[in-house]
Amino acid sequence: MKVQVKVWRQKNADDPGRFETYPVEGIIPEMSFLEMLDLMNEQLLKRGESPVEFDSDCREGICGTCGLVINGMAHGPKCACTTCELRMRDYQDGETITVEPFRAQGFPVIKDLVVDRSAFDRIISAGGYTSVNTGSAPDANVLLIPKDTAEKAMDAAVCIGCGACVAACPNASASLFVGAKISQFSLLPQGEAERKRRAVRMVEQMDREGFGNCSNHAECEAACPKSISIENIARMRREYMKGALTEA
Amino acid sequence: MIAKSPLLDAKIPDGPIQEKWANHKASIGLVNPANKRKYTIIVVGTGLAGGAAAATMGELGYNVLNFCIQDSPRRAHSVAAQGGINAAKNYQNDGDSVWRLFYDTVKGGDYRAREANVYRLAELSANIIDQSVAAGVPFAREYGGTLANRSFGGAQVSRTFYARGQTGQQLLLGAYSALMRQVDAGRVKLFARREMLDVVLVEGRARGIVCRNLATGEIETYAADAVCIATGGYSTVYFLSTNAVNCNATAAWRCYKKGALFANPCFTQIHPTCLPQAGEGQSKLTLMSESLRNDGRVWVPKKKGDKRPPQEIPEDERDYFLERKYPAFGNLAPRDISSRAAKEACDAGYGVGPTGFSVYLDFAEAIGRLGESVIRERYGNLFAMYHEITDENPFKQPMRIYPAPHYTMGGIWVDYNLMTTIPGLYALGEANFSDHGANRLGASALMQGLADGYFVIPATISDFLAEHRPDGLTTNHDAFTESVKAVQEQVKQLLGVNGSKTVREFHVELGRIMWEKVGMARNEPGLKEAISDIQALRDEYWKNVRVGGVNEDMNKSLEFAGRMADFLDLGELMAQDALERAESCGGHFREEYQTEDGEALREDDKFCHVTAWEYKGEGQAPEAHLEPLEFENVKLTQRSYK
Repeated sequence: MKVQVKVWRQKNADDPGRFETYPVEGIIPEMSFLEMLDLMNEQLLKRGESPVEFDSDCREGICGTCGLVINGMAHGPKCACTTCELRMRDYQDGETITVEPFRAQGFPVIKDLVVDRSAFDRIISAGGYTSVNTGSAPDANVLLIPKDTAEKAMDAAVCIGCGACVAACPNASASLFVGAKISQFSLLPQGEAERKRRAVRMVEQMDREGFGNCSNHAECEAACPKSISIENIARMRREYMKGALTEA
Repeated sequence: MIAKSPLLDAKIPDGPIQEKWANHKASIGLVNPANKRKYTIIVVGTGLAGGAAAATMGELGYNVLNFCIQDSPRRAHSVAAQGGINAAKNYQNDGDSVWRLFYDTVKGGDYRAREANVYRLAELSANIIDQSVAAGVPFAREYGGTLANRSFGGAQVSRTFYARGQTGQQLLLGAYSALMRQVDAGRVKLFARREMLDVVLVEGRARGIVCRNLATGEIETYAADAVCIATGGYSTVYFLSTNAVNCNATAAWRCYKKGALFANPCFTQIHPTCLPQAGEGQSKLTLMSESLRNDGRVWVPKKKGDKRPPQEIPEDERDYFLERKYPAFGNLAPRDISSRAAKEACDAGYGVGPTGFSVYLDFAEAIGRLGESVIRERYGNLFAMYHEITDENPFKQPMRIYPAPHYTMGGIWVDYNLMTTIPGLYALGEANFSDHGANRLGASALMQGLADGYFVIPATISDFLAEHRPDGLTTNHDAFTESVKAVQEQVKQLLGVNGSKTVREFHVELGRIMWEKVGMARNEPGLKEAISDIQALRDEYWKNVRVGGVNEDMNKSLEFAGRMADFLDLGELMAQDALERAESCGGHFREEYQTEDGEALREDDKFCHVTAWEYKGEGQAPEAHLEPLEFENVKLTQRSYK
């Protein structure tokens, strides 16, 4: 099969950028979406044109590196799916597919479809951890954690940090990402000691990075490849309020 | 008696195996807390080994510079590990102990690992679980709140801790959060999107690195008092593997070219249960958890080239080849055995699917016996993943699987302190060779990465640093200038060829040679062919590769071009090592050396040793050095699974 890829090209953060359309031939339906882009790049290289830069790594939906807006939707139209898990059999022969980077003030474009998501690392470094030095941990079974609690914490901990929540949000809010990490630690006893400070610092860092506020569109939950619930945003708000009101 | 090379002093502490690590720690040189911040340590890689090492050394007070090729340290390929992590906690009261974990790992590695290292690994396993839980890793739990365990291959006890099918991700995020805490504290500086392209030696000692900023193309230099490489394995030399597409051997290879010996490069693990290749253009293979073989039956049609759909092939026209060949273990035969059996069936023309390179993994019998709901409960997420990728419903028709390169046991040679043959240069995790011998057991990779990173290197590195005080060396030193020049020269050369074949086309070709001749089964003529094929491909590469673009920009084609150049050299060394090792052991199966029943036949008299290769310069044959392996605690025996 063949498709037309209408893809965003941008030299660097200062370049205004533009769409270019490239035909891609020789696609087989078993190919993944990113393999189709690999093929496009091979064909561009052969023609002496510069390939379209895009990020990807594990190609099985766990590392969170890939992330494209496909036909207007972060990670494409499928639910609970990363870009690398999409297959070409879900597209029509001859179709034109629009491909853009994740767009947000907090995610400046580096080149073409590659964006800088280091803001997420800075948010985690503002408290997304427990302060326990290596070697000082007690025996693991000293701390009993009910199965349901552990499962709930895990539901939040599965976040892969891809940033689709930001890309899907009309306000480019990072609330689902931040809420998931705050939830994981506020549900677990290990997170108790730094609970208030963590919530306040992480939320403030999110604001500093230029992400918008949450106004309950829930687009993030729909786009999240790991189906993380917006319940975590509600929990983040409670934790932040408690922290902001009682932490000096 | 195998003669030991003077280059390979493993520095194994004296005393009974149970006391070696404790005694060693008690005698290690220390650095005063107030002086630690005066030392700079470079850590390359942010996976379980690198991330945990950088975090822990930051906690200790060292000034750490941490590098990764991804856009964030959280994306290192450790993230993709599914099954779990072994630890000798004996929470199940089923007779587990440090000794048993040690014994299982040595035996599983087919007696080609160093006893003292493996024992230490088993000892530290319990601390890893404690540390990870304290970091907030949400492991699976029982209703009473205690940690849950499951069983895994190669063990008769239940010692595997897990977090759904995402244990690697959760452990990595635990190490990552500890790392980001040190970034917050200002003790670790993070350098993402950097690819290490050289290690810089001053007076024979590792003093820094040269890397390329992958976002801008800038060549950067960093100086330090010690350098740790934790850059993973080299399965992507096969092009198609279960590894991430950016996994590569370049950092390790550049260390090799600067004098670090490379050990047992032919020890690679081919995992039996992966999705088969679907056709041209595929970029990677996906692993399906080994646990599926608990209820799935592996078969091929008895008739060659039988194109009927599986449901139409009657029972008596099917060959359940694992059950036939290995009645005692059946479908649960170990990884190396199962992989080879599938390959043999396909090579003989019995394979199924569009390419003829896959075998069935059939759940019909289990579904009939247990009901669909039980199977869904056990493997629901895996079935969904399979359905998603292949568009075939495994509840209605058998899965198709085929083996794929997954892990490399070989790597940079290290002593007991994890130091390479270059003073001040360390190798951790999958990047080193030390703990898994010729075959790694399931759920042991995470254990080794974290043991090295959290506990071993932070303890052993002070011994070296205490003897080598900070001397104010900067990147203005001539050694850095020369190294930068060499790196720039190579980049220029790659960009200058401007031929007609892309890097990927070369990689696909190399992968085919490696898979066919240095893959699951190897023989002398095949390995000799592989060497000459790779040499020819390398000649062509430097004459005909098309990279495109410029250095001073993000240019992934250029990144891959540099990695490809190293894969061509590494591939040849793997073939040479496989040729030299005239025996079968673990994942290294030489067809000439098998028992009458087709099992791997070790030659302990001649090959009970580590082969570590020394680089002798461009176009020169590398030199093999041997480290004999002494087994004082575990008796050498031939494995059998009949």
